[in-house]
Amino acid sequence: MKDEALFSRSNRWFVWSVAGVLALLLFGLAIGFVWMPYHNGEAGGSLWDAICRAAGAPGGNSYRDVNATKVISSDVIVIPDMIAADKEAIGRGATLSLRCTMCHGARGMSEAGTPNLAGQDAVAIYKQLRDFQSGQRKSAIMEPQAHGLSDQDMRDLAAYFAYLPRTSPPPVLVEQLKAPLVAQIGAPMRNIAPCISCHGGSDRKTGAPTLDGEPESYILTQLQAFADGHRRNDINGQMRNIARQMTKEEITTAAHYYAGR
Amino acid sequence: MFHSRRLVLAHFWVAFAAFLLALMLGEWQMYVRSPLFSGLSNPELYYRSVTAHGSAMAYVFPTLVAMGFGYAIVELSLKRPLVGLRWAWAGFGLLVAGTVIAMIPVSMGLASVLYTFYPPMIGNAFYYIGVVLVVVGSWIWVALMSVNLRLWKRDNPGVPVPLPMFANVAGAYLWAWTSVGAALEILLQILPVALGFRSTIDAGLARVLFSWTLHAIVYFWLFPSYIAFYTLVPRAIGGRLYSDLMGRVGFALFLVFSMPIGIHHIFQDPEVGEGFKFLHAIFTAMVSVPTLLTVFTITASVEIAARLRGGTGVVGWVRALPWGNPMMLAVAFSFIMLGFGGAGGIINMSYHLDFAIHNTQWITGHFHLIYGGAIVIMYFAIAYDLWPHLTGKALAQIVLMRVQLWLWFVGMIVVTFPWHYVGILAIPRRMAYFDYSDPAIAPQALSVIITFFGGLLLLASALLFIFILLRGHHAPRITLPEFRFSAPVHAVHHVPAALNGFALWLALMIGLTVVNYGYPIVKLLGTPGTAVPAIPVGVKR
Repeated sequence: MKDEALFSRSNRWFVWSVAGVLALLLFGLAIGFVWMPYHNGEAGGSLWDAICRAAGAPGGNSYRDVNATKVISSDVIVIPDMIAADKEAIGRGATLSLRCTMCHGARGMSEAGTPNLAGQDAVAIYKQLRDFQSGQRKSAIMEPQAHGLSDQDMRDLAAYFAYLPRTSPPPVLVEQLKAPLVAQIGAPMRNIAPCISCHGGSDRKTGAPTLDGEPESYILTQLQAFADGHRRNDINGQMRNIARQMTKEEITTAAHYYAGR
Repeated sequence: MFHSRRLVLAHFWVAFAAFLLALMLGEWQMYVRSPLFSGLSNPELYYRSVTAHGSAMAYVFPTLVAMGFGYAIVELSLKRPLVGLRWAWAGFGLLVAGTVIAMIPVSMGLASVLYTFYPPMIGNAFYYIGVVLVVVGSWIWVALMSVNLRLWKRDNPGVPVPLPMFANVAGAYLWAWTSVGAALEILLQILPVALGFRSTIDAGLARVLFSWTLHAIVYFWLFPSYIAFYTLVPRAIGGRLYSDLMGRVGFALFLVFSMPIGIHHIFQDPEVGEGFKFLHAIFTAMVSVPTLLTVFTITASVEIAARLRGGTGVVGWVRALPWGNPMMLAVAFSFIMLGFGGAGGIINMSYHLDFAIHNTQWITGHFHLIYGGAIVIMYFAIAYDLWPHLTGKALAQIVLMRVQLWLWFVGMIVVTFPWHYVGILAIPRRMAYFDYSDPAIAPQALSVIITFFGGLLLLASALLFIFILLRGHHAPRITLPEFRFSAPVHAVHHVPAALNGFALWLALMIGLTVVNYGYPIVKLLGTPGTAVPAIPVGVKR
């Protein structure tokens, strides 16, 4: 047995197994990369086009830029902990925030029906400011306010408001159990994820604002704006998809629940 | 003779403990997503449980069984002590440490990412570190299997490697190569994000790398069962192995074909071209060849046993089989489940049929039937067969063993058949709860309830299994005849060089992997802008 050379053309195990695997491979390649693209009518060009398409490499004549006509709802990319929350940033933010006090209150709290910003998630504030500035989110008041802000200004404002004490302590598991169904469980069959899975309670997703203690009228208006498509700066239409599926009762229940927390 | 019995027992006991705990979690999961429960208030608890269940069942339990069985095979088939016993204990220690390190963040809800990781979700770094330790521990086993075979071959030039050892080392090499995909994903992609060095991750590339591991890992789980088919079953039922050579061909083909096929798990993913999906489908179909070779060979071996016991007729010999023998029951149940599971698998690997059942409960049904059913029932049989040799004491509860195997078989059918059915009705998998009052899924409620009761049978079976093994430790001491593997019909004096080593099959395995995975991976690596922000998973605020 020792004398039997394995990797040799005289060894039939070697010859037949390699030949068999190669034949199978060539068969698969011919069908998968040549016949199939032509047969499915996708190639529409040279053999090279067909092979490129089948390999998953857009190229050649059949390549079209699918992003060319894409409507971008928001160009802000949010990542966790992207806002530095050092003393200097908070200090600068506090100074800048003087222009916000008319509507959002002296320390981020007001009775004016505007969003309460004290203790709000920094990334969420930053994203909204960026969207106001670029016009992805429409507001006659906020667009001009955000117009002159630099990127650093927006980060500092976000850091300052996040630093201010929250209106209510974070929810605990027992409190969660008292939440209405739409907040706790959502409606799986209508593709409505539970509010708590992104807005705090069960989990927090980057860029999702805290809703606790926000004015009822504000949450209501925003949910309706998402539902009818007036507001469209949510990443990949996440909130539009949810709000469209929500019933009127669910919208009022959710707004009432979060406003009362 | 049996020097490493403590080592093997340690592997088996930790494996079965992890199995029992994970099984309980599985039954709890079936309960909370059935109409019997009103719905979880916190879906995160469900995913936490699925992560623990999957990690224990996929990484810890089968790896320990394969390792323990592998160490036993070295001594029992090569008839000499295991070389590197200290290293083996070190590998075992790494596995246990890795399991504990991974399970702490999972149980705290800091890594509910499921055992398949699913980037861009990122959990606590210690979860991944624990999994890496488990895999590194198993790599020590791979090295020891290789070294032990090499030393034996050096001392026995010209002698054919015993079939159990040949298959065992084939399984070890398969695992070594297939674990590379997930290892690359964790070490190069996930851990840098989990440790805070990076904040974005290429989820598509991660999925391709994981698919490298995800299908062949099933064949790694399957190897101990197939080794039992060939080398324990014929002896245990009083027959002979029909063909030793066929066994070698089967294991060699598994080595070649189970690796370059994983992309059939991501048929619906956009980042891989259709041509490669087709290629992987072709090679997936090829896995049926060694499977059918095995079914043929083992059925023929069983027929030999039946005819030796006086069975006659074309199919009449089936009645003459020793149906009271646990090994006979186990192999019969295993084949039935393998048959149904394999048929379902052909649907999964067919590009267009896969569209209908992708990400539905059908898939969960499929892999529970194949792995939980056909494979795990043979793990039970292996334990029953080895236990007296490990403890030196009798394992006499034959009736209880039969009940246990029947419970497992019936339970697994009752769990997985309704899952297949509701899967065709498009119930999704990986959902924490369903609104069964919705008319769209109300008709599925009954099937889901049935699976819960199937799960109770499985739980009863597992508890009985543990009970039987524990009783085995307290039985009277006996003197056993020397452990034997199955003898083939024709004694093996010479095997072709190709089937006495692995060089050719490993070369084909690696070559096919490069062809089938090379371009998709290189393309994804070279495409800019494919990374997305990572989504940290874990209980916060």
